Amino acid sequence: MKYALGPILYYWPKQQVEDFYAAAMNSQADIIYLGETVCSKRRELKPKDWLGLAKEIADSGKQVVISTMALLEAPSEVNILRKYCENGDFIVEANDFGAINLLAEAKTPFVCGHALNVYNAQVLQLLVNKGMQRWVMPVELSRDWLVQLQEDSRILNIRDQFEIEVFAHGHLPLAYSARCFTARSENRAKDDCELCCINHANGKPVYSQDDKELFTINGIQTMSGYKYNLLNDVASMHDLVDVVRVSPLGDSAFQTLDQFKQAAEQDIKFDLQLDRECNGYWHQIAGLDTVSS
Amino acid sequence: MELLCPAGNLPALKTAVDNGADAVYIGFKDDTNARHFAGLNFTDKKLDKAVDYVRSHNRHLHVAINTFAHPGKLERWERAVDRCADMGVDAAIISDVAVLDYATKKYPDLELHLSVQASATNVEAINFYTNNFNVSRVVLPRVLSIHQVKQLARNTDVELEVFAFGSLCIMAEGRCYLSSYLTGESPNTVGACSPAKYVRWEETEQGLESRLNGILIDRYQPEEKTGYPTLCKGRFNVDGKVFHALEEPTSLNTLALVPELAQANIAAVKIEGRQRSPAYTEQVTKVWRAALDRYRQDPERYQVEAAWNKQLDQLSEGTSTTLGAYHRDWQ
Repeated sequence: MKYALGPILYYWPKQQVEDFYAAAMNSQADIIYLGETVCSKRRELKPKDWLGLAKEIADSGKQVVISTMALLEAPSEVNILRKYCENGDFIVEANDFGAINLLAEAKTPFVCGHALNVYNAQVLQLLVNKGMQRWVMPVELSRDWLVQLQEDSRILNIRDQFEIEVFAHGHLPLAYSARCFTARSENRAKDDCELCCINHANGKPVYSQDDKELFTINGIQTMSGYKYNLLNDVASMHDLVDVVRVSPLGDSAFQTLDQFKQAAEQDIKFDLQLDRECNGYWHQIAGLDTVSS
Repeated sequence: MELLCPAGNLPALKTAVDNGADAVYIGFKDDTNARHFAGLNFTDKKLDKAVDYVRSHNRHLHVAINTFAHPGKLERWERAVDRCADMGVDAAIISDVAVLDYATKKYPDLELHLSVQASATNVEAINFYTNNFNVSRVVLPRVLSIHQVKQLARNTDVELEVFAFGSLCIMAEGRCYLSSYLTGESPNTVGACSPAKYVRWEETEQGLESRLNGILIDRYQPEEKTGYPTLCKGRFNVDGKVFHALEEPTSLNTLALVPELAQANIAAVKIEGRQRSPAYTEQVTKVWRAALDRYRQDPERYQVEAAWNKQLDQLSEGTSTTLGAYHRDWQ
């Protein structure tokens, strides 16, 4: 089992990002994803900064993957995407089929991110032929779904040609919109957002009228209110999952990585916070539900 | 521009044809279809009749196979494609890459449209689908501004279809798991959003509550108009304020954009609502037929008639309409 730090999904000041990755270089992570995946207006780090950071981290011995945007609309966004796809040094996480088109043309190997609609092994076969090395399962899918998909990929003789990664900890990215919900919540127009999401290091909570933490708004992204936490399920991932992903919420990510490693190796159970954490998707029930171990 | 209207059953299909739809889109009665609701959609026998009716009136029939194939079950999606080819439908609307691959290889003459559920929002995504599959038309997600739609139209040779009227998905279609987060069932996996079987209404001291799988979506005071608890259109609490944090219950209405869409060479305008009644189909089709005919006859002097908007407003969710993401202010 390998451990990955997913890209930072929130908008953090540049110094905080740099400090985080300085610490990440000494963490348990085998793989580090980095780059802006949510909003092209977030420019604390420019493409050259991300690529510089990538080089530094790669020199520390970690595998580095450049993560790219999930919702690409403007030609300027596609131009930046092209730059990443043709970077020449690092593999790239595609979160849109546009990225896969560019990566296949550039012959850059890639990771197929969880924002892509890949629900069966036949799609994976096609993507393997285009250079896919790893697939991150869409967050709404379950262990049962994955078992069947793995079975199919064995029949197609492709299982040994790609790795399977599972988003295992953090707020789940659930939806992408043209609208910026953070700006809307502060009565700002998207064109006049003043990058207000930088004030919310882990997004903004959205509660139901009876105070259940339903969603987290993070710019144009709507995320789960609860943190997804598969700590108690990681033992059931052996022979099924190659990489476990922790989505950074801050420096706590490093401790979370340690816990995952412990849980996988020693089969230790952890108490989940029932009103803050969930694992439903993995168990093929509503995502916000929790199956206790 | 082609007027493409929805039909959840045969009466709606006939109504659409009789009132001037150039084409009608439907789905099969199973989970290959993202409007997989009880009492809706077409069995093989009904499909035969649909094909006959549409053909005898010289219109087109499109069939949506717009969910994603489950592992071990791809065959069901492939059979859906087979049925489209056997019946000679005019186009299959497909979202799953594996299904597109099958259709392209097995039926090179079958016209394929890329479903909105595939979420192609930029020119490189469109290129991915047109380079690899026999896709001749792309249905654009409702996240693009009119400016972005025009840019795309200038930069691709493939036909583009846009949503013109109906319930407004505010998330990029095919990339929204809010429904499965609350209920375990999503458009991608089971072909339904906020499924009716999870809806509960309850009169309480604080007001009439709508719940989805037990989760409070909205609470109404006696004078307020209630709406179906589509979860993105509920009222929630952010920073201590209760409001429609994601979106108000409104519908998309782009009558005002007809000239711009036509000038951008958009191939078709699509009316949402296969789950709605034949009466809905009839009225929306009538209004849009009138608008498109008016534009064709005298593009320079096209203006939206107040009566058209009034009719459409009555059919709309929350009885109000918006230009949605087409207009930057909405975003």
